[in-house]
Amino acid sequence: MAWDWQVFCKETTSSDVVPSCFGTGGDTTYLNWILSAWGWTLSVAVLALIVALLVGSLMGILRTVPDRRLVLLGNAWTEVFRNIPLLVQIFLWYHVLPSLFTSLRAVPSFVLVVFALGFFTSARISEQVKAGIQSLPRGQRYAGLAVGLTLSQTYRYVLLPMAFRIVIPPLTSESMNIIKNSSVAFAVSIAELTMFAMQAGEETSRNVEMYLAVTLLYFVSAFTINRVALVIENRVRVPGMIGGK
Amino acid sequence: MKKSLLVAAALVAAGAAQADTLSKMKETAAVSMGVRESSGALSYTLGDGKYVGFHTEVCQRVLGDIQKKLGLAKLEIKYQPVTSQNRIPLVQNGTVDIECGSTTNNATRQKDVSFAVTTYVEEVRIAVKANSGITSIAQLNGKNVATTTGTTSVQLLRKHERAASVDFKEVFGKDHADSFLLMESGRADAFVMDGQILAGNIAKAKNPADFKIVGEVLSVEPIAIMLRKDDPAFKKAVDDSIIAMMKSGEIAKLYDKWFMQPIPPSNTKVGLPASEATKFAWANPNDKPVEEYVKK
Repeated sequence: MAWDWQVFCKETTSSDVVPSCFGTGGDTTYLNWILSAWGWTLSVAVLALIVALLVGSLMGILRTVPDRRLVLLGNAWTEVFRNIPLLVQIFLWYHVLPSLFTSLRAVPSFVLVVFALGFFTSARISEQVKAGIQSLPRGQRYAGLAVGLTLSQTYRYVLLPMAFRIVIPPLTSESMNIIKNSSVAFAVSIAELTMFAMQAGEETSRNVEMYLAVTLLYFVSAFTINRVALVIENRVRVPGMIGGK
Repeated sequence: MKKSLLVAAALVAAGAAQADTLSKMKETAAVSMGVRESSGALSYTLGDGKYVGFHTEVCQRVLGDIQKKLGLAKLEIKYQPVTSQNRIPLVQNGTVDIECGSTTNNATRQKDVSFAVTTYVEEVRIAVKANSGITSIAQLNGKNVATTTGTTSVQLLRKHERAASVDFKEVFGKDHADSFLLMESGRADAFVMDGQILAGNIAKAKNPADFKIVGEVLSVEPIAIMLRKDDPAFKKAVDDSIIAMMKSGEIAKLYDKWFMQPIPPSNTKVGLPASEATKFAWANPNDKPVEEYVKK
């Protein structure tokens, strides 16, 4: 079959080819559109990642404290969001919760998707953070308490610095996963890359070129996160520690 | 060297045989029909591998006629469900011999596949809640409009926004049922889609009287049965059969059966009479693409 990469320079309403490949004066080409879709994908993914890291780390820490009620809270959170498929969770946030809590109807779907994706990933992150903390020798916690630090000081100055350095690789995987999982946002009307591929493919009948371009952008996004995480890992590495040189 | 030549020759022969659907049907006594799972009354599934609908039945009649023409004792029809995304590639690569769904005949697609004579002309309309007071597209300025991802209506709305300088917020459903739900639940004020899909969804709603199809016709699109390109013998056989149905009035009766009478599974009526454009297409069989309809 013949390739038609010039389809990206076509204007989206009239299918005329624009010489500079970027529309001017209100016109948009498919290239404009794919870049805007990429922006949506990254926005959803990065905001959801921030939500996931904050909430997930908190829940992971709560699962390792001596107070049984906080452990129960952390466990319940993790199990609820881990056992429901992501797409079902997104539909729950978009269709079901707004019909139960009418105040949610005014919330834009972008925010609902960020929370859905963020909480789904936070369950996985909480599991990893818990594992990281529990992998430290028990003596670390008791030594910290014995020296006179309070529990939260022990976490802040002794346990978490080591635990987070240990779990950077799994957290990198989760960050990459969030880029990929953001593709389900198309089901709730977020104009991101997957929706672009489906819609533009249908309009131009050039499904292969559209899907290849979208694949490339997803790969670049996920790989960039991977490399950024590698830089962070090298910067924070402590020589002589687990994972250090 | 000789072996690879032999392999190449075999592949060429196989490729050539594929292009001629009629001889493939004769050799294998089987044909693959592409069907949709939920395209209004044109083509849908009752579950359990049963596919029905206006176009599905037209195709069954066409294949029956071709079976008689080829003199085959038996012709097995394999039903292959297709989606908007894969229907053209599947016809191109031979997995599907004849696609009987709701495919718009347009010039871009005619580069990849060919179409039988148009059997149904679709009009894109607006469905709204009856009490919303919206009667035309101009009143949608500033409102939320739902449409389905992967359909021609998305581009149509975009063109309309540009041309008429109206600004509305588009909400995309992942399929027609989802888009209707968006309108039903209030997330969207209107649902823009092919008239028969609107009528079908309204008929299946809990309270059909709560919804109305309003407004001017936004676009006229010929819907036709899709065939492989460069297979004139098969196209002629299909066209002859459909034209015979049009002349004998059989096609009008089939239309009535699927669009004006109660249909399975819920025994509700779609209630959409044949538009003038559809009747014109039956009286003057043609396979013109949508671009020629717009010029008129």
